[in-house]
Amino acid sequence: MTDILDTSAPPKRKARLVDDFEPSLILEGKHQLCAGCGEPAALRSAVEMVNELGLTNRAVAVFGIGCYTSFSPVMDLEVAQALHGRAPSVATGLKRVQPDSIVFTVQGDGDMVNEGLQEVIHTAARGEAVTCIMLNNGVFGETGGHMTSTTVLGQRTKNTLGGRDPKQHGFPIRMAEMLAPLDGVAYVARGATNNAGNIFQLRKMLASAFEVQRDGLGFSFVEILTMCPTGWFIQTGEAPDYLGERMASYHKPGIIKDVRLETEAG
Amino acid sequence: MSAELLEGSEALAKAMISAGCRFFAGYPMTPFTEVLEGMAKHLPEVGGTCINAESELEAIGMAWGAAAGGVRAATGSVGQGLSLMQESIAEMCFARLPLVVLNMARGQGDYFQATRGGGHGDYRTIALAPADLTEAVSLIQQAFHFADRFRNPVLFMGDYYLAHVIEAVDTGPAEFEPLPAKDWLLDGSTSGSGKARIISPLMPVKRNAEVFVEYGDYLETSGDKIAKMEQGMAPLYEAGFCEDAEYVVVSYGTPARIIRYAVKQLREQGIRAGFFRPISLWPFPSSALADATWSAKAVGVYELNAGQMVDDVRLALRDREVESIGGISFDDSGFGIAPELTPAKVEVRIRDAMSRLGMEVAV
Repeated sequence: MTDILDTSAPPKRKARLVDDFEPSLILEGKHQLCAGCGEPAALRSAVEMVNELGLTNRAVAVFGIGCYTSFSPVMDLEVAQALHGRAPSVATGLKRVQPDSIVFTVQGDGDMVNEGLQEVIHTAARGEAVTCIMLNNGVFGETGGHMTSTTVLGQRTKNTLGGRDPKQHGFPIRMAEMLAPLDGVAYVARGATNNAGNIFQLRKMLASAFEVQRDGLGFSFVEILTMCPTGWFIQTGEAPDYLGERMASYHKPGIIKDVRLETEAG
Repeated sequence: MSAELLEGSEALAKAMISAGCRFFAGYPMTPFTEVLEGMAKHLPEVGGTCINAESELEAIGMAWGAAAGGVRAATGSVGQGLSLMQESIAEMCFARLPLVVLNMARGQGDYFQATRGGGHGDYRTIALAPADLTEAVSLIQQAFHFADRFRNPVLFMGDYYLAHVIEAVDTGPAEFEPLPAKDWLLDGSTSGSGKARIISPLMPVKRNAEVFVEYGDYLETSGDKIAKMEQGMAPLYEAGFCEDAEYVVVSYGTPARIIRYAVKQLREQGIRAGFFRPISLWPFPSSALADATWSAKAVGVYELNAGQMVDDVRLALRDREVESIGGISFDDSGFGIAPELTPAKVEVRIRDAMSRLGMEVAV
């Protein structure tokens, strides 16, 4: 329980800044991503859950290519850097030869759903004991805001200037719902980083995914909705609400599959 | 171990396992399929893993992951499948990862793909091309050694003939110089230590390393890496009847086996022909070729394509007349069976070439 703050006198120590809270597994907290980006909170949540579960000295992250790739050299976790779209196959090979390791991928929606959709589907269907994490901001953030396969209808991007129109650009893919029915899949959830409550839920989802992998139950997947005010062409402060209203109404947060609960329910 | 009668593809699989290969992934395509079958059969017997991948892209991705985990890994296909793998082959060179890639090629149209690379950026891969099964089971083991020694993918060039020839071969382990331990492999053990490892085509170390290498500087190290590999490995070749030869035929792979036989037949008839066979296509045995052809008035290149290796022969022998005497030859199976590749037809081509150049070819 948190102690009730004494407000009768000024605090004895200086106010702490974000950098003062660097988690132990982040070597350098000063990231290079845009203000308001949701990816740092997502990645921080992932490495903190690895640490809290006591899995640190077994963990290997397999990174795709996107804005988040800039975290691969600043995390104090082993990293295999994969090509755009190819992290699930690299994770598969690594996990098969190092079965005691905890292997998780970090990919964006462009990386996983556009470039490498086949990889994640087959990795899930094989029931590989790896965790795939998709940071879904609905755009190619690194290229400056272009449509991906998860871009919601009506969203304006640099190559859907009038908004995503299903007649011309097709419909978005709901990745979590696509993977959940596959037999090899043990855990699927979609979280979001747009407010503290959602981050709290997200941390529990990530912990569940790593536990499922640790316990050898099968493939686990966590999709994380992240803000990208730069790629959405909106004010930084508007991004959390935009995520909540526009993205989360199509890509709905929640736990979509957990085989542990199914077993308990009989 | 002693020799046993084996089909080529199964012998290759057994030799790879003798070399310590414990991970294999592939997508079926004849005549690579047969090697994949051999690995699927024999790898589990030694506790290894063989995965039937969903595509060539994923096959090499899986092998990439296994290599990063420190295990000797291989994949392969035919030239078509290798086209799909080029991005990963190039980037694994940048990431300093060992891998053996088999190209069980259809014909010899993949010489440029193997030696120039179909991928992007500045990289090179050692390419080894055996002429028969005995040499193949030895070279495939050397391929794993070179891959680990240089931390670079190595190509092994086979074909339909090699996959299906049945010969008595010893697939037991070969002896090699000891290699340093893989102190770079990923298993999670360094996570949280402040010195977590990274294997990346983008950088060699993490941000907190004593000497961090920026991306541009890292790319610039590729030239040194290629030079080290080229200087560190003596090109492999075989030469025969070259000492007083008027005409030397250069050929690699299965056709070179036929050329070797044809040249021997010509010698028995008193015709001064010789042969030269590059075994490593990269690094190409340029100076050995120059030495072997010192007495020759002209050099012919026999390859089952429209003329690819002939470029390397011309680069090696800039003062000598060099011509192509091979050509594309396919039967309708599409598997790379060459109707032109018979000892009699090959002998006629050599005779005709020598005769055109005014050399003595009368019996």
